[in-house]
Amino acid sequence: MARVRGLWDRYRSASPVTIALLALVLGLVVGAVIIIATTPEILNAWRGAFHSWGAPGHALKVTFDNVGAAYRSIVTGSIVDPPQFWHSVTTGRGWTASLTPLSETLTYAIPLVIASIAVGITFQTGLFNIGANGQAILGGVAGVAVATLVHLPMVLHLPLTLLAGIAGGVVGGAIPGLLKAYTGAHEVIVTLMFNYVASYFMLFCLLSTPLQLPNQTNAISRTMPGGTQLAPLFGTASGLRVNYGIVVALAVTVFAIWLLDRSSIGFEFRVTGANPHAARASGINARRTLVTSFLISGGLAGLAGVTWVAGTTHYIDQNFLQGSAGIGFTAITVSLLGRNRPIGIVWGSLLFAALEVGGSNMQANTGIPYDLATVIQSAIVIFVATPVLVKEIFRLRTLRAESIKVATAGWGS
Amino acid sequence: MRLELRGITKKFGSLTANDRIDLVVEPGQIHCLLGENGAGKSTLMNVLFGLLQADEGEILIDGEPVRLANSGDAVRRGIGMVHQHFMLVPVFSVAENVVLGFEPTRSLDRLDYARAREDIRSVSREFGLEVDPDVTVESLPIGLQQRVEIIKALGHDAQLLILDEPTAVLTPQEADALMAIMRSLTATGKSILFISHKLKEVRHVSDVITVIRAGRVIGTVPPTASENELAAMMVGREVSLVVDKTAAAPREPVLEVRDLVVRDDRGLAVVDGVSLAVRAGEIVALAGVQGNGQTELVEAITGLRHVESGSVLLGGRDVTNRSPREILDAGLGHIPEDRQRDGAVLSMSVADNLVLNTPRRAPFARHGTRNLRAVRDNAETQVESFDVRTSSVDAPLSSLSGGNQQKVIVARELSRPLEALVASQPTRGLDVGSIEYVHREIVRVRDEGHAVLIVSSELDEVMALGDRVAVMFQGRITGVVDPSTSREDVGLLMTGSTPAESR
Ligand SMILES: Nc1ncnc2c1ncn2[C@@H]1O[C@H](COP(=O)(O)OP(=O)(O)OP(=O)(O)O)[C@@H](O)[C@H]1O
Ligand SMILES: [Mg+2]
Repeated sequence: MARVRGLWDRYRSASPVTIALLALVLGLVVGAVIIIATTPEILNAWRGAFHSWGAPGHALKVTFDNVGAAYRSIVTGSIVDPPQFWHSVTTGRGWTASLTPLSETLTYAIPLVIASIAVGITFQTGLFNIGANGQAILGGVAGVAVATLVHLPMVLHLPLTLLAGIAGGVVGGAIPGLLKAYTGAHEVIVTLMFNYVASYFMLFCLLSTPLQLPNQTNAISRTMPGGTQLAPLFGTASGLRVNYGIVVALAVTVFAIWLLDRSSIGFEFRVTGANPHAARASGINARRTLVTSFLISGGLAGLAGVTWVAGTTHYIDQNFLQGSAGIGFTAITVSLLGRNRPIGIVWGSLLFAALEVGGSNMQANTGIPYDLATVIQSAIVIFVATPVLVKEIFRLRTLRAESIKVATAGWGS
Repeated sequence: MRLELRGITKKFGSLTANDRIDLVVEPGQIHCLLGENGAGKSTLMNVLFGLLQADEGEILIDGEPVRLANSGDAVRRGIGMVHQHFMLVPVFSVAENVVLGFEPTRSLDRLDYARAREDIRSVSREFGLEVDPDVTVESLPIGLQQRVEIIKALGHDAQLLILDEPTAVLTPQEADALMAIMRSLTATGKSILFISHKLKEVRHVSDVITVIRAGRVIGTVPPTASENELAAMMVGREVSLVVDKTAAAPREPVLEVRDLVVRDDRGLAVVDGVSLAVRAGEIVALAGVQGNGQTELVEAITGLRHVESGSVLLGGRDVTNRSPREILDAGLGHIPEDRQRDGAVLSMSVADNLVLNTPRRAPFARHGTRNLRAVRDNAETQVESFDVRTSSVDAPLSSLSGGNQQKVIVARELSRPLEALVASQPTRGLDVGSIEYVHREIVRVRDEGHAVLIVSSELDEVMALGDRVAVMFQGRITGVVDPSTSREDVGLLMTGSTPAESR
């Protein structure tokens, strides 16, 4: 009994984890409302409900069926489809189909974890890196260039490809970092615009001689040789795309935990982010901290880009990280969702990846547009960013001061 | 308004900040709350102002129990509060700040500034709170910013005003002006709950004094009680209110400034040719009315402000215009004037704040990796020896009372290997017991053979602590005198005139 009470108290005292989970619930509620408001079948059922006795039951059933089907297909499309899975267990066949949802979610989560950690590091320093997408693009281009234009044995070639990706991102991070440190140019403007520079630079490369696939007029690169690819975890024959990029993502997570929680430079990042005046008075070199933070962030964003290419497509074309595939932008929201901390970011990435992958499945199965997944993602972030709202809705006790700061940590200029 | 608190209890986790507190404030009364750092004064005031909810107990206004769910409720019930740390928007004008949150509007939601200005003028006139409604708050000296806070607090016809350590940041002159204002407020029947650690002014202005220790009411006494009695009630032991120290044995100069010229943000030479040498084994106290260049002088010494001309020497090394890092590493300890701005990171733990400027130094880090165990051990030791009241060394600094935050900073600076120590207002906001302790520590630093420069607007502190007293006026040192010099003469130097005897 005392245990239950303890749990209840913990729930009521609104820890950041509670807030995140409740935000997920609220996000799903928002999604359900939108499904209801946009599905003619449900609306018609309710219209009928007011004309004939007993029909509200029917309308309710139609509502639950539709919303349920939508959310079920998100889950079955991103994690596991129980009947299919059971079929595999009993017959030993169809494992590819059973594991594809999870594999796809992980595949998509890999670069997202890396890019979100990149963004989170600048947030912790009190800086905004809106340019992670551009940095990831540069990383991808640099990686593909080294992979396709240099000839080396694999033991050297793959590491060098990944390093090239980091280097590409570092260049992308250095520009806003140095500009801010030495001219005061606001990093939000610089990084935001830099995304366009990176996109068009990529197009330029894809249409120019060394990188473009020979005898092509389209913007498409050569394909990375096998030795530079991040191979599928279970072999090419498995048909599952989840690849050794997962090792890279884990390594980045461990690095980020060390950097932010255990390293001296990370301590200086956090002091600078939380109180720049005290940082200065404590002898922390503001310029060096700012530039270092941007270099590390850019480098990781670049690594996210190269990990994505090397693990999945193995070439890039003009759609690389464009539009809804722009993980560098999704990373900003994921970082916020994960409170700019590595472990939180890993969970946030898995959730977003699942919604992304499951959303496509939902569209295929129920005809509800994939964009609903994006709406749910956005709603979750809005709720996480306004813990006061969540608290009011669920009548939680006064938030700890710490959790109120979630939204604002790292938002200083 | 008659206010009564009955059995107020407020807990933070396992810590009981207020323990069944009973308190009565009669109309027209100035009621002072006295208590150690962390005794629970601010917590009680926050409960009264609706910012915190009591776990037990009730609040009665004119005999009627009320529920104050938020500060809006408190304001509607006629309670106004001026917080320990100001809550103004620096870039807004006085008028905008005063109406913030309760904006008077005309049709179509347009702000009615004319009315706001008129309201401010009438409050100003009635209580002698002169301030121009149209200037921006950041351009005002602290004393006037506080008036803005008071006007804001009075704005909604408050009958009870809560002043949480209003005099901690004021010059003695400003504090006197505040006392006069408080008197004029109570003359119209308003009551005031007043918190201060300065026993002199507490005895001077209060009608009743309630002493709190560890969240409990220890007793209620008339202002005729002696300072020693009050101090003993607060701390629970005898406290020495004078600094006991032996004569200084000064040796070679360690911290020296020569012909220093420093400009402020507007480009005025606020330090205008200052030369001063602090020798090993002595305490030089820098006196002066706030705003005569002391702040900028300290900033120049610590590397936080550009030196226009002249030089700063530390241990014989020229550190003029060096980075704060180099100056810290050269052995300068610095207790900054604005602790929350420059001295601490409120969102970080006590332990982290205790290594804020030495995170890379052994044993706190090796090869760029922090040794969190060493950081913790250090924190345990410091918290113990400086008697910092905190639930744990992992608690964020923001959860500590104002005085305990200051103790964390003092502990950090005094526990580092030092050549010289520069301390600005080192005991601001500390209770008498802690002041005694900090003073003793500063004397210890001196006796270990270091140079100490104290900047304080408390004449008492300056005279008690200094082995020599330097007086600053309009950017220049107008005299360096012995602490036995009469207060009148030091006062004259502070206004730029030369006392008869030293002429
Ligand atoms: N939000 C909080 N969470 C946890 N503990 C808190 C919080 N606020 C205050 N405390 C604790 O409650 C106690 C009382 O704090 P309070 O600020 O009321 O002291 P105070 O009497 O105003 O002291 P001072 O004279 O230093 O301002 C302190 O031990 C403090 O650490
Ligand atoms: Mg207080």
